[in-house]
Amino acid sequence: MSESTIVNFAPDPRKVAAMQGHQNPERAAAPSVSIALEQRGTAHANPAKATAENLNFWYGKNHALKNINLTIPEHQVTALIGPSGCGKSTFLRCFNRMHDLQPETRYQGAITLRPDDVNLVGPETDPIEVRMRIGMVFQKPNPFPKSVFENVAYGLRLRGIRNRSELGDRVEKALRGAAIWEEAKDRLDDSALALSGGQMQRLCIARALATEPEILLFDEPTSALDPIATAKIEELITELRKDVTVLIVTHNMQQAARVSDFTAFMYLGELVEVDATSKIFTNPAKRATEDYITGRYG
Amino acid sequence: MTAMTSGELERIRRGLALRKQVDKVFVVLGLLVLLACLGVLLLLFLDLVHNGAQRFGWKFLSSFPSRRAENAGILSAAVGTSLIMLVTSLVALPVGVAAAIYLEEYAPKNWFTAIIEVNVTNLAGVPSIVYGLLALGLFVYQFGLGQSIATAGLTLALLILPIVIVATRESLRAVPKTIREAAYGLGATRWEVTKDHVLPYSTGGILTGLILGLSRAIGETAPLITIGALAFIAFLPPAPVTGQFPFLSFDWLGSEFTAMPIQIFNWISRPDQAFQSNAAAAGAILLGMTLLMNGVAIFIRYRFRRKINW
Repeated sequence: MSESTIVNFAPDPRKVAAMQGHQNPERAAAPSVSIALEQRGTAHANPAKATAENLNFWYGKNHALKNINLTIPEHQVTALIGPSGCGKSTFLRCFNRMHDLQPETRYQGAITLRPDDVNLVGPETDPIEVRMRIGMVFQKPNPFPKSVFENVAYGLRLRGIRNRSELGDRVEKALRGAAIWEEAKDRLDDSALALSGGQMQRLCIARALATEPEILLFDEPTSALDPIATAKIEELITELRKDVTVLIVTHNMQQAARVSDFTAFMYLGELVEVDATSKIFTNPAKRATEDYITGRYG
Repeated sequence: MTAMTSGELERIRRGLALRKQVDKVFVVLGLLVLLACLGVLLLLFLDLVHNGAQRFGWKFLSSFPSRRAENAGILSAAVGTSLIMLVTSLVALPVGVAAAIYLEEYAPKNWFTAIIEVNVTNLAGVPSIVYGLLALGLFVYQFGLGQSIATAGLTLALLILPIVIVATRESLRAVPKTIREAAYGLGATRWEVTKDHVLPYSTGGILTGLILGLSRAIGETAPLITIGALAFIAFLPPAPVTGQFPFLSFDWLGSEFTAMPIQIFNWISRPDQAFQSNAAAAGAILLGMTLLMNGVAIFIRYRFRRKINW
């Protein structure tokens, strides 16, 4: 991102003045964020699970992502933050080629998945194969209007698993993994639509986990949930790191601070800054990042 | 802003009273119009029932047409109509649903698709006798199907195809994008998303559309006359189930036929007053069949709505 763009963030002279106190210790983020960070400690980066290299993306003529370079460390949680329309969801959806469902979308550059070095956005890579390796949890809980069991089993059935006992075992494992087994075990045959919003979202996580994805994408997974359900999902996400690499888009900065090891700040389709979450929220290198996390805009 | 003067408040209240009056007037007007529509239908039905009263009974349902009005019945017409409806639904459902799935899920958004879409909608407005003419040339002569139940069923299937396609497309479109994304996100192909999710979740709307189409088709007279339905049939088509292997027979498809509206038309055009009662009774039964089908459509929609609420 160019220097001039950053200056344009804060045309208000008072804001500029506030930001020039670069050594000022008060420039850290909101108190609740600091508390969350103290509990988490500073992360060190694991080896890369995926790397975006000069990734560009277009919706028709709209250049939505510009030269994104980002490394997603394995078995850690990476959060994407930024104001509405900054391209964070667009970036997330490149990882499982969701954009291919829309006409006139175009990728350029690469997202390389390790260790087999497949370019996820390459034209030679089959988007369906990509989606079978990389799971996704959506903004609004979207269980199928089928039974709880069939929801979780669907991905397995797509892989041709017919054996009832194997299906049963893997559904149970996924439901346990998504911390909903205790609530769901007696209602596996009930409609998933009878669950509460938070339960539905954990069911959707179980559905994505059942096929043991290499990366799990979360697109603002708690924006439709109440605080208690949100807390459960956040706890779950931090637990999931053991088994899967997580990339999460969130509107809520406290959430990013609570669940992630690394945070990437995006603005106007560009990746402004990425660093350990504790670093981003206490001592960001770029002024734009600081403006955003301290609530000056966005 | 200071408090309102009592004069201003008074003016607002008077104005509000008037506006609420207008609101009430509309309610009354709307209700009257609605009652007028329903009233006409009810009067028509009662009139039919009254005129045909002495004909209702098992004998009327189980007799063939006859030169004597009191001996005549609707057996061949009712069987003919039922078999035609069977052929119509067996043809219109798969063809209509397949066409709708293609247009909704597969077709690229370009000028060619746009032309097809406009034409499908326009087909619903084509006069039914034109379908009759088409069927006469195509099915009766070109394909050599003759003046048969198969021809009648195919003709009416063509007639209701636009209804089925439009209704199916609407219910496919009602399946939320988030559900499709969930399935695609797990690695489903377009066909898997359609057959495992979109289609099952829109079954209610599709069946409703089919039944509404059938209740349109059941009363069609013009195309059947055009393709040469007989007015007087004193036999039944060969039974579809037989005593011998393979137990199913499709000879009935090639059988000549009559249908309820044809029978009614035939009776009503006779000079003998007694036949008017027959026509009225048959009309009441046909109307009853239509209302019953609509009732089934409403029931199906209700059941599916309760099972799936997004």
